[in-house]
Amino acid sequence: MTPPVIELSDVTKSYPGGVKALASVSLRIERGELTAIVGPSGSGKSTMLNIIGTLDRPSSGSVRIDGYDVSELSDSRLSALRGTRIGFIFQSFHLAAKVPALDNVAEGLLYSGLSRGERRRRAAVALERVGLGHRLDHDPHELSGGERQRVAIARAVAGDPPLLLADEPTGALDSVSGAGVMELLRDLNTSGTTIVIITHDREIAAGLPRQVRMRDGRIVSDSVTDVTEVATRRNAEFGVA
Amino acid sequence: MAAIDTLDRPRLVPARMRPDDVLRVGAVGLRTRPLRAFLSALGIAIGIAAMISVVGISSSSGAELDRQLSSLGTNLLTVTSGQTLLGEPAKMPVEAEAMIERIDPVEAVSAVGQIEAAKVYRSENIPKAQTSGIFTYAARPDLLPTVGATLRSGTWLNEATQNFPAVVLGAGAAQRLGVSTAGPDSQVVVGGIRFTVVGILDPVPLAVELDSAAMVGWPAAEARLDFDGYPTTLYTRSDEAQLEAVRSVLAGTANPEAANEVDVSRPSDALAAKQATSQAFAGLLLGVGGVALLVGGVGVANTMVISVLERRPEIGLRRSLGATRGQIRTQFLAESLLLSALGGIGGILLGTGVTTAYAFSLGYPAVIPAWATIGGLLATLAIGAVAGLYPAIRASRLSPTEALSTR
Ligand SMILES: Nc1ncnc2c1ncn2[C@@H]1O[C@H](COP(=O)(O)OP(=O)(O)OP(=O)(O)O)[C@@H](O)[C@H]1O
Ligand SMILES: [Mg+2]
Repeated sequence: MTPPVIELSDVTKSYPGGVKALASVSLRIERGELTAIVGPSGSGKSTMLNIIGTLDRPSSGSVRIDGYDVSELSDSRLSALRGTRIGFIFQSFHLAAKVPALDNVAEGLLYSGLSRGERRRRAAVALERVGLGHRLDHDPHELSGGERQRVAIARAVAGDPPLLLADEPTGALDSVSGAGVMELLRDLNTSGTTIVIITHDREIAAGLPRQVRMRDGRIVSDSVTDVTEVATRRNAEFGVA
Repeated sequence: MAAIDTLDRPRLVPARMRPDDVLRVGAVGLRTRPLRAFLSALGIAIGIAAMISVVGISSSSGAELDRQLSSLGTNLLTVTSGQTLLGEPAKMPVEAEAMIERIDPVEAVSAVGQIEAAKVYRSENIPKAQTSGIFTYAARPDLLPTVGATLRSGTWLNEATQNFPAVVLGAGAAQRLGVSTAGPDSQVVVGGIRFTVVGILDPVPLAVELDSAAMVGWPAAEARLDFDGYPTTLYTRSDEAQLEAVRSVLAGTANPEAANEVDVSRPSDALAAKQATSQAFAGLLLGVGGVALLVGGVGVANTMVISVLERRPEIGLRRSLGATRGQIRTQFLAESLLLSALGGIGGILLGTGVTTAYAFSLGYPAVIPAWATIGGLLATLAIGAVAGLYPAIRASRLSPTEALSTR
């Protein structure tokens, strides 16, 4: 039996000074889902995504990622979990300046134990996959915003993580590049990757199979747009007719 | 309740980084900020270069001394007439030379006798009152081999020329008189008489008094300069193994009636003593170099603290990519070690260059002891580790979310 990719139960997060960024959040995301997280600024979206990504620990409640109870893992095991199971995509790309796309992507595999040659080989495959096979030796400043985000996506997926977390991946892009990035993420989802995307763009959110709406640190609605489509895909993956 | 437990899942183990990857990731900061890296490595380099140069120069001088001593020999003993109990200049007997020659282990004896009254001038036109700081000696023909002196120009006094108004000048005396080559045309005035300069000596390390000397033949001195024939300094070479025995009887043999009125010395000891004092001074300079190195280390620490502050987003990204705290710590420690190692290697090259140039300019052998090079490198690595430790620990303790949200 395969565990859910994400399972939050009664998760809270408070910051010193009394800010309660998350108040008793429970959320379960299955393998192969493509989920949008929406909500007003300050509603706790990034906080929740960071906790899902094990970059932060909750104040209380339980977090299971790919079946692992995060509270039972040491910092180094959590690092291994992030390195092997989770890919991150950031609004500001976080690419190293003056480093060719290929090496930026290969850096994503630095902590995997693979040899440098193998890392670069896989990085080339990942760049091919995001449609930048012809830009391997371009520095970030020689690329458009959309292309930079594609490089960042290639870095996130180079190690084939089952889970991809994106915090406003189109936030810094114009609508055309943004649409291109969304299409790429949708393709990755079709090939099996579970993806969670924070977005402020209503149109983008509406186009995704599942929308989780947050306000004041709580999930206020959780709707599935096209249940059959998602269910079919899930069943197909699990071998259920 | 889900039946799945963490315990049932495959164990999560972070992969170890390969050494070449550790180096590469440690060099990221150096590649992105080359000028800053260069400057902070320079601080270390200056400290190491100073220390290597001090050690190198002192070792090279030491090697030169050893070479000099082994070519000059350490078996020269000098007997000088001192003072009487009343404080007047003492005289050694005329037979002193012959008596010393009879001591069995003595292999060679030679002598000079100072002629106080005979002043030396470039020409007759120089007023008599103006002394030139040059002393006139009557010298034996075998003086040259006995003290291990060499000629820069011309010839030494021989059986023939020792009877004529011929003079050989010490290196310093020749310079002061403005005589650059020996020959029939070079003449100076000794005791009011014109003497032909037949030779000029190189500096004599074991008999520095000869550097400011004008040496004439013993018979010529007696015939033309009113020389009384008393030797003032005797030079002896002895069997090295019996040197101490010779030394103990030398004063009594030279002047049996007043052994306390002569001084016996071993010039090679003085050379070695001079070397010892310059080594004490080198120790002081080495300390100064150490301080420079320490300042360089502070520079590296400063660079590392700034580097960690500036690169918080990168640290956050690496944590999100799976870097453990230990791997972040290793990265910055590696950067600090690389930085100081670069400085150390630069400093060793620089120090070697300075030493070689110094030794070359003086014709010394260039010697840099291996312990200095290895010690210098170890010192830089220790400094790099100390300087990088605190920044590296700070980097590794950063929370990933905080690091990522830094603008
Ligand atoms: N490190 C922190 N210390 C204190 N308060 C914090 C910290 N990080 C976030 N918060 C607070 O927690 C709340 C939720 O923040 P979060 O970043 O999750 O919001 P968000 O939904 O992602 O907003 P946005 O859409 O603007 O990115 C906010 O009120 C924020 O001020
Ligand atoms: Mg946010």
